Amino acid sequence: MIDIKHLSKYFNNQKVLDDISLHVNAGEIFAIVGHSGAGKSTLLRCINGLESYSEGNLSVLDKEVKTLSASELNSLRSHIGMIFQNFSLLNQKNVYDNIALPMSVWGYDKDAIQKRVDELLSLIGLEHKKFAYPKELSGGQKQRVAIARALTLNPKILLSDEATSALDPNTTKSILELLQEINAKLGVTIIIVTHEMDVVKKVASRALLLEDGKVIGLGRIEELFLKPDEKMMKFLGEDEELPSEGANIRLFFPSNVSYQPIVTQMARELDLNFNIVWGKLEKLNNHVVGSLVINVDEQTANVVTHYLQTKTEVIWEIL
Amino acid sequence: MEALVTFFEKSLAMKSVLMDALLETLTMSLVSTFLATLIGFVLAIILITTDKNGIAPNAYTYKFLDVTINMLRSFPFIILIIVLFPVTKFLVGKHTGTFAMIVPLTIGTAPFIARMIEGAFKEVDSSVVEAAKSFGTSKFQIIFRVLLPEAYPSIISAITLSLIIIVGFSAMAGTVGGGGLGAVAMNYGYYRFDGIYIFWTVFILIVLVQIFQSIGDFLYKIIKH
Repeated sequence: MIDIKHLSKYFNNQKVLDDISLHVNAGEIFAIVGHSGAGKSTLLRCINGLESYSEGNLSVLDKEVKTLSASELNSLRSHIGMIFQNFSLLNQKNVYDNIALPMSVWGYDKDAIQKRVDELLSLIGLEHKKFAYPKELSGGQKQRVAIARALTLNPKILLSDEATSALDPNTTKSILELLQEINAKLGVTIIIVTHEMDVVKKVASRALLLEDGKVIGLGRIEELFLKPDEKMMKFLGEDEELPSEGANIRLFFPSNVSYQPIVTQMARELDLNFNIVWGKLEKLNNHVVGSLVINVDEQTANVVTHYLQTKTEVIWEIL
Repeated sequence: MEALVTFFEKSLAMKSVLMDALLETLTMSLVSTFLATLIGFVLAIILITTDKNGIAPNAYTYKFLDVTINMLRSFPFIILIIVLFPVTKFLVGKHTGTFAMIVPLTIGTAPFIARMIEGAFKEVDSSVVEAAKSFGTSKFQIIFRVLLPEAYPSIISAITLSLIIIVGFSAMAGTVGGGGLGAVAMNYGYYRFDGIYIFWTVFILIVLVQIFQSIGDFLYKIIKH
């Protein structure tokens, strides 16, 4: 669906995107994560040609974006919806006209527009606000209208640029649920740019981590969050303080075992005491997964790992 | 008491002169505002399009217009009228009178209106333009389907403000050969030293400006969402 190879972008001789390669599959929710200034919005805007790139290839729906003429680019853009942090609605137009705008720009007839707008209004649950103006809407409602507008032309891809960053947690949740519904029901591939880890954990299946324009992580959410490497750990701001004596063993609990009492069971069966020095349980993409670090004597480390290997499905590593 | 009676008698005698002058002022102001708005609108669209953050940046066109507009705006208006005498004569056939004054009024205020409308366009949130681009809106459509409707209320305010400035300018034009209330204030009030003429011209101008501003405010209020 989207194929990016060795993409780089310079801005005033400064490299803002540095050798990025990634592939987004049809139908997935993909997250681009990074702190502000990491280049994530720039990367997103390259996908629909709102930003240009200096080197590398970027193919969207089998078209190399860089080589498109203005009208070819506009026609590609009609297959890609986009939503923004500050909603970007036309304040002088009501909800109906805002949602209708992409279709009326593309010259659809009135009946087709009316039918589509009504469908979308019921999808976003704002039928009663059809003739309201943006200033009469809450932030969450504005974003819903913006989502409807982005879906008007039946796009295959939806780009979301910090769409929940200006919203409170409850509204964020409901907008994310709407995006998941759109992904599941309409099969729209969604690419989310965000700096909020909670958003990534909640909806994305895979993520790309960006720092200073460079990729520092790419993969499935479970792997990124549960087996973070050093860079990822720094990125998440999770510097764990582990004891320097004894052996530290990290246990990963995949979603199918995360509710089982493995640790206490092991302590009882091995008749062994150990310290739990770090741990967390997280809900990723509706799966609960956990990670725990225990500290044992050097001598008993073998016993523990042997137990974990043979009796449980837990993945482990000695730190 | 006697003074008051004289005041009213004199005022009544001025009625037809003042009415004619008012009509001339209205003609000059409204026609000039209309023409200056048309020219200013076109200039504003070229400015906003060729601006470095515009939808089709062109540094040379922008700079050329920018400097030209600034040059025209730096003329004191009364000097501009005199400088434009040959142009006015060429276009209208003479350089005095109500219709002749429409030329310098239009040329003098079009750059101002262009700047005001450019400002109204610039006020439109750039992310709205970005959103429009994101669903494949062409450049032409961005101007007329996105920027224009969004800037519409501010443009109405700009036209109201310009109209009021043109009323003031038209009075100034009256002192160098134009007609209207300015000419009456000058010829009767200043040269003949008749305070009652001054009083009535100023009074009519105040009422006129109030009416224009109220209409402008009302229009803004009903179209602004």
